[in-house]
Amino acid sequence: MIKVEHIYKSFGEKPVLQDVSLTIEEGETLAIIGRSGSGKSVLMKHIIGLLKPDRGRVLVDGTDINAISYSELRRVRQQFGVLFQGGALFDSMNAFDNVAFPLQTFTTKTKDEIRKEVEHCLDVVHLPGVGAKKPSELSGGMKKRVALARAIALRPRYIIYDEPTSGLDPETSNTIDDLIKNLADQLDITSIVVTHDMHSVLSIADRAALIHATRMHWVGTIADLHRSNDAVLRAFVKANEYFIGEPSTPSAARAS
Amino acid sequence: MASLQLRLTQPFFSLGRYVMLLAKAFTSLGEFGLYRKNLFVQMVRTGIDSIPIVALAAAFSGAVTTVQTAYQLVSPLIPKSTIGAVVVPSLIMELGAVVTGFILAGRVGARIAAELGTMRVTEQIDALEAMGLNSVGYLIVPRVMAGVLMFPVLYVSACFVGISGGLLAAEISGAVAIGEFIQGARDYYLPFGPYFGLIKSFVFGFVITSISCYMGYFTEGGAEGVGRSTTQAAVISCVYILLSDLVLAIVLL
Repeated sequence: MIKVEHIYKSFGEKPVLQDVSLTIEEGETLAIIGRSGSGKSVLMKHIIGLLKPDRGRVLVDGTDINAISYSELRRVRQQFGVLFQGGALFDSMNAFDNVAFPLQTFTTKTKDEIRKEVEHCLDVVHLPGVGAKKPSELSGGMKKRVALARAIALRPRYIIYDEPTSGLDPETSNTIDDLIKNLADQLDITSIVVTHDMHSVLSIADRAALIHATRMHWVGTIADLHRSNDAVLRAFVKANEYFIGEPSTPSAARAS
Repeated sequence: MASLQLRLTQPFFSLGRYVMLLAKAFTSLGEFGLYRKNLFVQMVRTGIDSIPIVALAAAFSGAVTTVQTAYQLVSPLIPKSTIGAVVVPSLIMELGAVVTGFILAGRVGARIAAELGTMRVTEQIDALEAMGLNSVGYLIVPRVMAGVLMFPVLYVSACFVGISGGLLAAEISGAVAIGEFIQGARDYYLPFGPYFGLIKSFVFGFVITSISCYMGYFTEGGAEGVGRSTTQAAVISCVYILLSDLVLAIVLL
């Protein structure tokens, strides 16, 4: 379980997060939503300790990750897989080596075992046979899927997705959403999805948390979201051209 | 007022961050096994790949120094062997290291800053950290070590090629016979010269790679930021090469 307790973060004079608290339960898929620049990615970076809060705590399985040594923090991070917004694939390596990298670095598997594992991970993201391609030869959606294969290579307990569908066409976005859902179901992974894409939220998330004006404005289940009369939440959802209060068929909505 | 305060404190902030980055790099030396492969890659890129341009620059430096020294020796009272006595120590004690340093600041320093800067703005460094890897150990230690280990190799190569260039220029221009050139170099040979040059090359290797790593690692602001870091890495490395050159001369000579 991950708990974010009353964190504050400013960059220079500008506050980005103020008194933000959030609990992420084991096995659930939580969507952190909000406008661009609302602090979603900053919150995500706090959860894996890439940023330190000015005040407040982040607890991963009861451990305050800002009160432990760097080497202990790195061990905590090994429980996470992260899909960054642009994929963050290593340019100098091909797709195979990118996926193999964490296995080569953190396990004692043989070359043959690593090859099989990489092929399996690429199969899971429906990209068999792209191992020899460099990131520059892959489309945006393929990059994200290879990055997802890399993120799951070490069988993490938690996966964080930072804007997994941004910049992708509706069909590819649906494919990514399906992958996220399948991974959560099959591998029993706790997923945190940072997004402003309501289609994704409604199709994959169990709960959603809205950050607005640097604060945690609303947290609830998807059913709560449909019922909510909160003006800010409704305005955000409406701005996504998605109407709440009706049964959702996100894929169809996105395709339309 | 706040802007002025920021400008005044910025150099101290940068120095502190640079020192902390190096401290983090040194504390990660215990995990060197993880980064060993990367060290060999960097040694090739920094050292072996730089040999042609360093050799070219050194050859021309040796040749031009020889011709210009000959041009200035107009008095018949000064023996021609003086040319060798001037050119060879100049190359060993100063030009070999400094010319190589400037070339590496441009070629290696800019490359390191651009590589790390691009990795920073495309979140590749965050990806390394998020995996649980020490990004400083993985990215910076091998680059700085490669600089410190390979710069002396390049310096020695530059001295050999530079002296050869000087000999060739002496022969072609007819300024001095090769025998006289070598005799002059032997007569005025300073045993400390090569050690002095080697010490400089270690220091320059460290200065160039550590400054460039710092610039690249803390890049901000997308493609523009990468361009800024790359330029600053080359320029600041050159400035610190000159500064450390002077300090070493004052301290060691």
